[in-house]
Amino acid sequence: MLKDQDRIFTNIYGTKDKSLKGAMARGHWDGTKQLLEKGRDWIINEVKASGLRGRGGAGFPTGLKWSFMPKESDGRPHYLVVNADESEPGTCKDRDILRHDPHTLIEGCVVASFAMGANAAYIYVRGEFIREREALQAAIDECYDAGLLGKNNKLGYDIDIYVHHGAGAYICGEETALLESLEGKKGQPRLKPPFPANMGLYGCPTTVNNVESIAVTPTILRRGASWFSSFGRPNNVGTKLFMMSGHVNRPCTVEEAMGISFKEMVEKHGGGIRGGWDNLLAVIPGGASCPVVKAEDMMNVTLDFDGLREVKSSFGTGGMIIMDRSTDIIKAIWRISAFFKHESCGQCTPCREGTGWMMRVMERMVKGNAQKREIDMLFDVTKQIEGHTICALGDAAAWPIQGLIRNFRPEIEARIDQYTANAMAHGAVLEAAE
Amino acid sequence: MAKLKVDGKEIEVPDHFTLLQACEEAGAEVPRFCFHERLSVAGNCRMCLVEVKGGPPKPAASCAMGVRDLRPGPNGEPPEVFTTTPMVKKAREGVMEFLLINHPLDCPICDQGGECDLQDQAMAFGIDSSRYAENKRAVEDKYIGPLVKTIMNRCIHCTRCVRFTTEVAGITELGLIGRGEDAEITTYLEQAMTSELQGNVVDLCPVGALTSKPFAFTARPWELNKTESIDVMDAVGSAIRVDTRGREVMRILPRVNEEINEEWISDKTRFIWDGLKTQRLDRPYVRKDGRLQPASWADAFGAIKAAVAGKPGDRIGAIAGDLASVEEIYALRELMTALGSKNIDCRQDGSVLDPSLGRASYLFNPTIEGIEQADALLIVGANPRLEAAVLNARIRKRWRMDNFPIGVIGVEGELRYDYDYLGAGTDTLSALIDGSLSFAEKLKKAERPMIIVGQGALSRADGLAVLSAVANLAESVGAVTADWNGLAVLHTAAARVGGLDLGFVPGEGGKTAAEMLTGTDVLFLLGADEMDFSNKTAFTVYIGSHGDNAAHVADVILPGATYTEKSGTWVNTEGRVQLGNRAGFAPGDAREDWAILRALSDVLGKKLPFDSLVQLRAKLHAAHPHFAAIDEIAAGDIADLSALAKKGGTMANSGFASPIKDFYLTNPIARASAVMAECSALARNNFKAAAE
Repeated sequence: MLKDQDRIFTNIYGTKDKSLKGAMARGHWDGTKQLLEKGRDWIINEVKASGLRGRGGAGFPTGLKWSFMPKESDGRPHYLVVNADESEPGTCKDRDILRHDPHTLIEGCVVASFAMGANAAYIYVRGEFIREREALQAAIDECYDAGLLGKNNKLGYDIDIYVHHGAGAYICGEETALLESLEGKKGQPRLKPPFPANMGLYGCPTTVNNVESIAVTPTILRRGASWFSSFGRPNNVGTKLFMMSGHVNRPCTVEEAMGISFKEMVEKHGGGIRGGWDNLLAVIPGGASCPVVKAEDMMNVTLDFDGLREVKSSFGTGGMIIMDRSTDIIKAIWRISAFFKHESCGQCTPCREGTGWMMRVMERMVKGNAQKREIDMLFDVTKQIEGHTICALGDAAAWPIQGLIRNFRPEIEARIDQYTANAMAHGAVLEAAE
Repeated sequence: MAKLKVDGKEIEVPDHFTLLQACEEAGAEVPRFCFHERLSVAGNCRMCLVEVKGGPPKPAASCAMGVRDLRPGPNGEPPEVFTTTPMVKKAREGVMEFLLINHPLDCPICDQGGECDLQDQAMAFGIDSSRYAENKRAVEDKYIGPLVKTIMNRCIHCTRCVRFTTEVAGITELGLIGRGEDAEITTYLEQAMTSELQGNVVDLCPVGALTSKPFAFTARPWELNKTESIDVMDAVGSAIRVDTRGREVMRILPRVNEEINEEWISDKTRFIWDGLKTQRLDRPYVRKDGRLQPASWADAFGAIKAAVAGKPGDRIGAIAGDLASVEEIYALRELMTALGSKNIDCRQDGSVLDPSLGRASYLFNPTIEGIEQADALLIVGANPRLEAAVLNARIRKRWRMDNFPIGVIGVEGELRYDYDYLGAGTDTLSALIDGSLSFAEKLKKAERPMIIVGQGALSRADGLAVLSAVANLAESVGAVTADWNGLAVLHTAAARVGGLDLGFVPGEGGKTAAEMLTGTDVLFLLGADEMDFSNKTAFTVYIGSHGDNAAHVADVILPGATYTEKSGTWVNTEGRVQLGNRAGFAPGDAREDWAILRALSDVLGKKLPFDSLVQLRAKLHAAHPHFAAIDEIAAGDIADLSALAKKGGTMANSGFASPIKDFYLTNPIARASAVMAECSALARNNFKAAAE
């Protein structure tokens, strides 16, 4: 279990003073000027060396991402954009950072902006996060008043941070859709290439990072890359905010070392599964878009990127949805399908047309009103969407269903059998054709 | 140049090519819906997916990926792209299936049937059955104006229409609202689109979601005879294809002509065709007892003979209208010469342009394609949006490319691009010449400045002084040099440049068009309808196709043919000679105009020396060789412009007004068209008609 002194987010539960003074008392904003004085290359190399991988779900190495930014400006300004459009069902870590520990993020913005030569950082806050935005804005105002931000500040690097409030669309969490939305356009993902590092916000080099990725960097720089990489196994290092929701006794957000086992996580922080381990049905390990994993596969899983890949799922954001045997797993996945259908932006064909199709087939499967061959058809449809779309929302919509079919096919078939056996009870045969 | 392999075939293509273009270059067919050469890349239909070797394990949208984005193999071998692998086949079939699940199966009643991209590509790249058992999506049809009919169930959300209207037409009225499955194309609150180019979305729509409202349910594309021709609705001379069934013109579509209209045409060009069927003059008429009575050709000719008999040449006049072809103007000129008259004019609007000033003085010298090379533009007394909608799209295209300062002198109107409004009239022009306006600096700084001068500035009593002043300005800002002639006269009448080329202007001591109305005894009007005939005193012979202004006041009417019913030469505003073809025959007793004039000349005892169009053209080409060079421009001499600049003259202190009062009703055919009337009414009411 992670020791308290190794926690980066010291006020994640909001029990302490979240003001600038309180944050400073806990060690944030300590020697930021000295960090900047070590230079851009040092910062980027240190972040690279720390092995920090993006905390937004895809797990792309953060230092590498930063190094894609042009070293010298060609006349265009550089931008840092922080993705605080946290909308993935089951994920609620950025929210706690924003409302309880905003200074980690603000300091991170300063360091990251400096590292890539940006003098402006935008924080795109999810539309539903009203109080969170207020807390963040208050913290930023505090920093301006304290001379930590703005022109000619105490840190010696001009940096402005702007908070932009979204309008509540899941797709605006996709980095290029976020940029479109930030520019005032309709939130639809852009085609890549060109990548944001070349042509991002307003056509200028831009890096888009998750809140947590940015918020952890100052501490990493202060305590050293080797400290951070000492947690977890190679390629999956550091500490991370994990979330547990659903059928655990104490759902929570908690900072832990990467590579902690699922069992330990649930026992230590979640207070165990509701009704005991035998009652566990399945886990969606990293936010709604990750394929569901069966209980028996989950027992020995190590919670990190590679550990969950081994069980054909993905680590995602670390937001685990834990479901016990009282769950109607088909209905649960249908609900996720309905979510993605609702949030599809409608730009490209497979996602626009496919998400609705999948949801409707799922809807029938919840009742059992389907043919068994339709299970294979549904799987085929998910494969037809996956990898054929502009952004990853198509993949995200396809994976939960793939996970369901892979793991719970007998469940679906049983439901169909049951429905067929009771066909009269549902009044199916009495329905007249229109 | 970039080297790559497409399906194993090694090719070399320019760096800016997309994979799709490279694949086409290599002869591989790539299906697409959203991609269009002249619009921005959307990459949203996902039909053009191809496999890229060494890339991520998923197919890439070839329309959006440049060949530059490809990485060479580990040993430097050229990157490889495949269009026929199982991955690509699966991707295409998948996308096609998705497109079809919510697309209605109403091909048998769909106007796009037979020329539908979705139909064709479903045949070529789709699978034979559907696995979709749910209900199809239903979308409410939208009202977006009187020209474009919507059946939104069929929409595949390619957004070509949205991109066309925002990028080419310059209106931000059409858009995609909603998201996911519920995304719909519509105008804001279902208002009519205001663009003069909106008809092009019908061609762009790859399915039957946007179809031509006037053409709805009238014909199938495979029943139509297609005739390639030239448009005469404005002086741009857009390339068109006239589709006919039997003798009836069913619709008009654009043809590609990079030099003029790319592949766009204006709404007037496209939707004029119902005017070809109504108000037609299908037999001769002679005025008896104050009323026009149907007559035979012989009676009509007899009446003319009686009127002409004994009249001296200077009491006979002829005015050529705006739609006349070179051939008939030539025949009319020959006839008038034979009758000893110098009273000929092709400038109904009173324009001062005159062939004696040199050809450069009345041409759009920089050419329409040349607009893209220009780097500053001044518009004097013209509204290109209404006078030449397609040419205006070219200006907008140039304006969108990069920095392109545009200044306007004249009426301040919506042009679909930003401009500096300099002033209303001659005083602004003078200020620009003496350098007291800062825009003069922008023109001077430009390497290839361009000055468009419209008929609004030239059809005035002081038009010649204005033209001279403009030429003067052009010289002083360096718009007229050996390799760039930036003085552009924008015409509004298709027949005008041809008429000027033929010298169809008053000879020495001859009367102008306005003077002829009262100053002659016998007046021939060759489709000339755009004048005020209320004070006319002459005995009037109207040769034309429609019962319009001039026919009402005529004493003898000889029924002629419209532009779709005759083969003729037209010269556009650039001076480009183009040949229009006959798509059908004129109704009833109506005849081709040159033939009428030939027959009339015989009756009048001045038989013209040709018996066929071929003989006429031979004579015409002998006299004016440049008419033989079809699709070519005989460039004007810039020396003429310096002479013009020195002419000078006093300009009256007043503003310039565009000659086009109503874009939709500029000629007799348009005034006979119900569709144009509806558009015109809508435009007059500021597009405020309620959706039904």
